[in-house]
Amino acid sequence: MKITQGKINELLTETGCEHNQHKQSEKKNKSCTQQAQPGAAQGGCAFDGAMIALVPIADAAHLVHGPIACAGNSWGSRGSLSSGPQLYKMGFTTDLGENDVIFGGEKKLYKAILELKERYQPAAVFVYATCVTALIGDDMDAVCKAAAEKIGIPVIPVIAPGFIGSKNLGNRFGGEALLEYVVGTAEPEHTTPYDINLIGEYNIAGEMWGVTPLLEKLGIRILSKITGDARYDEIRYAHRAKLNVMICSRALLNMARKMEERYNIPYIEESFYGIDDMNRCLRNIAAKLGDPDLQERTEKLIAEETAALDLALAPYRARLKGKRVVLYTGGVKSWSIISAARDLGIEVVATSTRKSTEEDKAKIKKLIGNDGIMLEKGNAKELLQVVKDTRADMLIAGGRNQYTALKARIPFLDINQERHHPYAGYVGMIEMARELYEALYSPIWEQIRKPAPWEEEEVL
Amino acid sequence: MAIVTVSNKSLTVNPLKQSQALGATLAFLGLKGTMPLFHGSQGCTAFAKVVLVRHFREAIPLATTAMTEVTTILGGEENVEEAILTLVEKANPEIIGLCSTGLTETRGDDIEGFIKEIRDRHPELNDLAIVFAPTPDFKGALQDGFAAAVESIVQEIPRAGELRTEQVTILAGSAFTPGDVQEIKEMVTSFGLVPIFVPDLGASLDGHLEDTYSAVTVSGTTLKQLREVGSSAFTLALGESMRGAAKILSERFDTPYEVFGELTGLEPVDEFIQALAILSGNSVPEKYRRQRRQLQDAMLDTHFYFSGKRVSLALEPDLLWSTVHFLQSMGAQIHGAVTTTRSHLLEKLPVKSITIGDLEDFESLAGGSDLLIGNSNVGAIAKRLSIPLYRLGLPIYDRLGNGQFTKVGYRGTMELVFGIGNLFLEQEEARVKQFQELGIVSAEF
Repeated sequence: MKITQGKINELLTETGCEHNQHKQSEKKNKSCTQQAQPGAAQGGCAFDGAMIALVPIADAAHLVHGPIACAGNSWGSRGSLSSGPQLYKMGFTTDLGENDVIFGGEKKLYKAILELKERYQPAAVFVYATCVTALIGDDMDAVCKAAAEKIGIPVIPVIAPGFIGSKNLGNRFGGEALLEYVVGTAEPEHTTPYDINLIGEYNIAGEMWGVTPLLEKLGIRILSKITGDARYDEIRYAHRAKLNVMICSRALLNMARKMEERYNIPYIEESFYGIDDMNRCLRNIAAKLGDPDLQERTEKLIAEETAALDLALAPYRARLKGKRVVLYTGGVKSWSIISAARDLGIEVVATSTRKSTEEDKAKIKKLIGNDGIMLEKGNAKELLQVVKDTRADMLIAGGRNQYTALKARIPFLDINQERHHPYAGYVGMIEMARELYEALYSPIWEQIRKPAPWEEEEVL
Repeated sequence: MAIVTVSNKSLTVNPLKQSQALGATLAFLGLKGTMPLFHGSQGCTAFAKVVLVRHFREAIPLATTAMTEVTTILGGEENVEEAILTLVEKANPEIIGLCSTGLTETRGDDIEGFIKEIRDRHPELNDLAIVFAPTPDFKGALQDGFAAAVESIVQEIPRAGELRTEQVTILAGSAFTPGDVQEIKEMVTSFGLVPIFVPDLGASLDGHLEDTYSAVTVSGTTLKQLREVGSSAFTLALGESMRGAAKILSERFDTPYEVFGELTGLEPVDEFIQALAILSGNSVPEKYRRQRRQLQDAMLDTHFYFSGKRVSLALEPDLLWSTVHFLQSMGAQIHGAVTTTRSHLLEKLPVKSITIGDLEDFESLAGGSDLLIGNSNVGAIAKRLSIPLYRLGLPIYDRLGNGQFTKVGYRGTMELVFGIGNLFLEQEEARVKQFQELGIVSAEF
């Protein structure tokens, strides 16, 4: 896959993405195309995004072609879990040195792929370009092609060097690589009328496993998981699914839309967070698969699950009711977490909308009401001010802001990809309720907010 | 004495080393009112930040010039300028620690030239210290980047001044934790000396609660202290990697220096304490006489468990040096050693061989050890080989209290003696249990 401005623009202006459907300037959301600001930007790069999207493929090797910073500072830190192979957790890199930068890294890459095959027998090798290899002009497509011919397994170039854009754009490049090199290259042993793909679910902290048993119970088969706990082969035959279910992320929307174009697979956008969303997700899948009997079973399952959940949540709801939280996260998660929080009786008094689309924002507005604050952008300092102004009890955000909140003596819940607790599905709701409860009611808060006895005297 | 081999594989598997820029950031974080700034793509910064946040469990100030494909081709001067101006406006730092990355070094950005021109255009930045550390990702490792930053700091900021006989500059290398630096500070001040630490991670990353939020480092060595380094009577360079910075101070201000490669283990601490006594002209405080006897006692109690044990280490050169000496001083043997980057120390280490390589190399030579020592990434290997792991280095994600952990001085050595000793002890108990399960030893035993 050649990286061209055309390709970047195509992915940035992904037509399936609601960000790009408003042509009027005031409505058009800039968040996909806006450039990172020097001195202000905080996020990950396109390379990071491509890795987030593909690394969960557990039996593949993920080889970073670049100097040490790209792999050395990041390997082994991603929270996706695998039920089997652990190869995806190995940090493979060409670790380019000064000579490679001067004379080119193609030979080293070629040899590295051969060594990798020899020593680790991966199902496939994904090779990730980085800024340095893009800058020195290594022809990764050619090297990967030659290496694949030599070793007889797929070698897939993923050309999303960090400097072409954000994590989100990198996700899409990851999806493009799957579309171009993987999907449609094999056939499943058999198909059923109830085959679906999950797209954009990365099995963080194993949370997918809180949902898959429900689908199994209904007789719905997950043909391909893209990419949480996936095996390389299942993605190859993803084109035979009857339905694509996009989970909680527009990041791989290009994939869903193009699979609709190419293979006539319809897609729906769903979330696994919160009772309402989970219910809706199951209902929508059943409806799209178009089997009245399945729909009936689904209703029955929802009734059972929600009844059991109400019982399990009752003690938490009693303690969480009326608590005020500030939510600081990106995109779809904003409204899906709000919905989950409301299920628990928690009031979301402010939320970020910085990566949200107009449609997301409308949903958020409806959920948090007129008094709710929508944070267009912000930094740690402004965030703390909002918590203070709204007299919130807690901050729910990504791990990056964890210590900002804690150091300000504010209870905190991590909801991003490095977290260790699964929140998806009905069981995830119980986990989330427990975590919220534990965070809010820890006995430490009173102690750490209290001044020392001599400080009290000094004030007097 | 050691044969140093460099792994000549094309494929690096499970890297042990991290980038120089990450090391430079760590050094800059020990200065007060500082914002480290990577000149590279935003991802370079995001990755480094996550490593440090997770290791120290602290909010870490770190900014990016957010280079894109286009700005890389055109040259990064505008991005550096915009980043500095934005940071000054939003975070008001006293010091900006600017680090290059693989991207901008490959392109060949003349960052020193940029700074000159930016300063010409913006006289309002006169009070702002901008320290540049050249830290290409395609060379060296964390330890080298840390050293590069300290060298730039002592080259740029200190000014000549009247000699202060009690003032000593202490260059604390990347092998020392915030807890280590605090312990060293306590030792040095107890002799009546006035230390200036460059950098002072003990003040900034020790994990202490502040009352207000700050976007830049809230504590650490102040800019004023850094300027006064030129007045110090002596430089104590801690860690071989600090030798370069000590030399710079010696060239600039004629400050004599001594390099202490290690502050762990009875003899190295004795030497350091003795040096402090001579430097200060004061006798050794009762506290340390007592601590020394405690350490001696601890060594007596624990030496059974260390004797003859085979240990494999995956550490950066300075930390490898001090840990190897400590283990040997307790009677343990070095089974295998892997490190990240070149250092004059390596050849001198009293072990058979050292590999500059990755954790794949480490895994292949660690089999048959009784103990592994390395960072959290060694955890998976420890599990596969069923050998216990003692965590040293960075990153450590699966243990709490990395900021406070102390391994220097008599007290820190004791912490290490007991910590490692307990792992050996558990191992012996596990062995007895195996015998019980096999019916060789009765369960009451």
